[in-house]
Parts: sequence; structure tokens; C-alpha cells
Amino acid sequence: MRHLTPRAAISGIGELKPVRKTENVATMDLLMRVAAEAIADAGITADEIDGLLVAPQVGETPQHVPATVAEYFGMQPTMSNMVDLGGASGPGMIWRAAAAIAAGQCETVLCVIGNHRNPVPPKSPNRNPAREFDTPFGASGANTSYALLMQAHMAAYGCTPEDYAQIAAGARGNAQFNPMAIFYGQPASVEEVLASPMVASPLHLFEIVMPVAGADAVIVTTADRAAKGPHRPVHLLGAGEKITHRAVSQAPSLTSGPLKPSIARALSQAGLSIEDIDFLSLYDCYTIMVAATIEDAGLCAPGQFGAWLRDNGGMGHEARKPINTHGGQLGFGQPDLAGGMTHVVEVVRQIRGTAPGRQMSRCDTALITGNGATMSEAVALVLGGAL
Amino acid sequence: MTDLSQLGVAGPIYEPLNQPFWEAAAQGVLKIQHCGACDRHVFYPRPICPHCWADALDWVAVSGRGRLKSYSEIWKPGHPGWIPVAPYLVGLVELDEGPTLLSHILAQDNHVQIGDRLTLAPTQIGGRVLPCFRKDPS
Repeated sequence: MRHLTPRAAISGIGELKPVRKTENVATMDLLMRVAAEAIADAGITADEIDGLLVAPQVGETPQHVPATVAEYFGMQPTMSNMVDLGGASGPGMIWRAAAAIAAGQCETVLCVIGNHRNPVPPKSPNRNPAREFDTPFGASGANTSYALLMQAHMAAYGCTPEDYAQIAAGARGNAQFNPMAIFYGQPASVEEVLASPMVASPLHLFEIVMPVAGADAVIVTTADRAAKGPHRPVHLLGAGEKITHRAVSQAPSLTSGPLKPSIARALSQAGLSIEDIDFLSLYDCYTIMVAATIEDAGLCAPGQFGAWLRDNGGMGHEARKPINTHGGQLGFGQPDLAGGMTHVVEVVRQIRGTAPGRQMSRCDTALITGNGATMSEAVALVLGGAL
Repeated sequence: MTDLSQLGVAGPIYEPLNQPFWEAAAQGVLKIQHCGACDRHVFYPRPICPHCWADALDWVAVSGRGRLKSYSEIWKPGHPGWIPVAPYLVGLVELDEGPTLLSHILAQDNHVQIGDRLTLAPTQIGGRVLPCFRKDPS
């Protein structure tokens, strides 16, 4: 039962094939190519775009990012912004686009994220508290933060390494149905996940996303305009967002994150319960992130994600509630901030019925989660196909 | 095994706001901020209390005792300077005064458990004394 009349819909998507390395590629180049894909997919022309949402670009354009991208694209949008929510940036763009449309500021918004992986990345100018008070002790990078979260989750609930490893194995399994995925042709069993090198206990290498270059783009427009497009419109039914902290030492909880209230708000706006959701497109930078999200979504009690996943029949497109059918970022690769947008693009494919080789038998509703920093920046979206 | 003091790793960047923390650390003392208005301790340093927003923060020495909230044994450090001493432990230390800080944890064979009592163990890392922690022997 949905209670909101949808006012905005996703009408176009674009996604570049992830690659491990690039040479002399500018982020702007990737952004323009993926934007062209999304514009063509929506069946519109570039001059119909009057809203532009971009993400921070690592190493390029430290300031005035939206204006720089708009100028490069030859666009003069009436709404433009940079969404800086780490891995939650992609989903965070979708509801902001819808809100801008509802506010009458624009009618068709291009949401675009991408990154290159040229050699010798520029040095980070970081001077924030995490750099000042974590790095000197030997803790740098996200691996340490998520290892600390996972250790606390394991200790609190007695979950086993196998419980978490099945998420990585499930993601690799799903990647076998997506020729775009970086791990296409490279499945991994639970045993192989646990035999991969320890990076930061209890996290093994295969439980961590592989960084890749890539780009994703999404077109959000009015429900009326989307209905005139070439595809089944994918409506935004609800959204929720919450930011709780930045450094893992400041987390109010190590076992449950800001996705919990975000998901609750998104479902409430949509007038749906978690059991009404057909497809789970869950941000998966690490196995622990999916475990905590399954629990924060209320699909099972805290600590029970392992048993829930087994009852669910795994994560594949034939599972009771399929999860991350594109392979997730654990199987597809993580194109930096665009990684979060891959979860949006896959939902659009499943709801349209255009996920060849991995199409769910029925997909009318989906939950998307985005997550940034140290399980601290959260966006949840509920999307639904036009009925 | 490489001595922690010999590591070539990134240290703190001293600024007026955080200088009392690092100056005390160099003397083997753990000092954090305390709010005279709401009586709560604050970590990391702020110009104004983040709990009650009063401009009433002072620096105080704390007990240096706490509890291990979580830990990780780092096998592949994020910074290459740490590779010579891997695997090593980092952990989240919940101070008895309330705030949590991340620190380097010293333990025989890296054996610790969540909930362990910890005590301050000032340690030379990369040529500077940092407020590390070890398991409380008592």
C-alpha cells in the first residue's frame, strides 16, 4: 500500500564499465560520457536538463564543482549542487533532485558521479580530526574503521566469520550474471573468502571492495515527463537521511547505524513496510555493512543476519528477497563515490525488467541504501515502478 | 622486530587548539577538555562545548584508565610507514571519564578482548611520545 502520489521519477540511467586503472583520463571526460548515456536512455536531449547534481571529484576541481561541470557540459541549470555524503552521495542526489523538482526550481535533473584511477594520485590535504587523532596511532583508511565496527558486532552477538563471508560469496556469485562486473568470471566460495589474506581483523581481503574507475548517471524528472519516456518510470516513493558522526571513535553505536532511522523514514513516506519490498539494493563497502543494514532495516533481530540470509536463499536474483543483483560493489567494483549510484542504476534495471540474465521474476518495489564515512552518513530510498 | 620509535609515520599536526593535548602527551600525561558549564568531558578538542555549547572548556588531566570498546589487528596498514610493525593493534578506548578515543594498543601477542580494562602507556612512535594504551595488569 503506497500513500504518496509520486511526483518525481527516474527516467534515464548510464553506467560505465569499471576498470582497475586509467591513464591520463580526466574525471570530467568520464562524467560527460556517462551523462550522454543517461540522456540518450531517457529519450531526451541535453538541453532539457535544467538541474545538475554532482559529487566531489577526488583530486580535481576542489571548488565550484557544479559550475565547472555545467560549463564543461554546455549547460546552464536553474538548480545545481554538490552532494558530499561519501558512498551515500548517489542516493542522496535522487531525493534532492525530487525535492528541487517539487520546489518548482527545475524539471529534469542530471545526477552524475565518476572517477578516474590514473597513477600517482595527488596528495590528500586532509587536516580533519580523524587525520589528527586517529592516523598517528596507525589507523588510516576505511578498512580500520569497518574492522572495528565488525569486531564489535561479532562480540556483541556471537556472529561467526562464515556469517559475514557469505555476503562476499553472495556478491561474487551475483557478479557472475553481470558481464560489466570487475569480478565477472571470478566467483568465490565462503571458504575462499575466509582463506583470502587478513587485512584488518576480522576483515579478509574479499570482504572489502576493490577500487576501480567508473561512472554512473541518473536522470530524475517529473512523473508526467517520465510517463512519456521510453521506459517504465521508476518513482521515488520515500527517502530518509541521517548523519551521526565522522570518525569511528565518535560513533554513538558500533553495531547499528544511521541507516536505521533513514530506512524507517523512507518506508514511512512510501507507506510501505520492509516486507513489502521486493528488491534490496544495499550499500556494501564491506560485508559488515550489509550485515548491519539487514538488521537496521528490521528484516531480523540484531545479530541474526546470518540465519536470515540462509533462510532468504542467499542473495541471488531467485532468492526470496534478492540483494545486489549487479554483484554489489563487492562483486562489481567500487568506482569511488559512483559506487553508491550503482545501487540506484541496478534498481532501475530490475524495475524496468531490463536486467538480462539476472532479471527478478517480479520487481515493483526496492530499497536502496547509501552509506558514507564510518557507517555515519546514511541515505535510504524506496523506489517503485509505475503501476 | 622494528622499534615503534623508529617508524617513519605521519604524526600530529600541532595547532593552537590541539596543542595542550599533544604537549601533555609528550610528558606522558593524558589531558582532555572538560566543560565547566555542563560538567562533561570532551574529546577531541573543540573551541566550544559540543554538548551544551557553552564557552567554558578547560584542559584537565584524566585518569588514563578505560575499557576496550573494539579493536583490530592491522595486517595491511593504510600507511606504508606502518608495514615494519604489522600486525599491530589499534582499538577504541572508552575513557572512564566518558569520551572514546582511538589509540594504539600494546598487548602480549596482540591478545586482547572487547571489555578489557586498559591503562595509559605513553609510547614513542616515530620519534614522538603518543598516548597509547595497554591491558591493565591489575
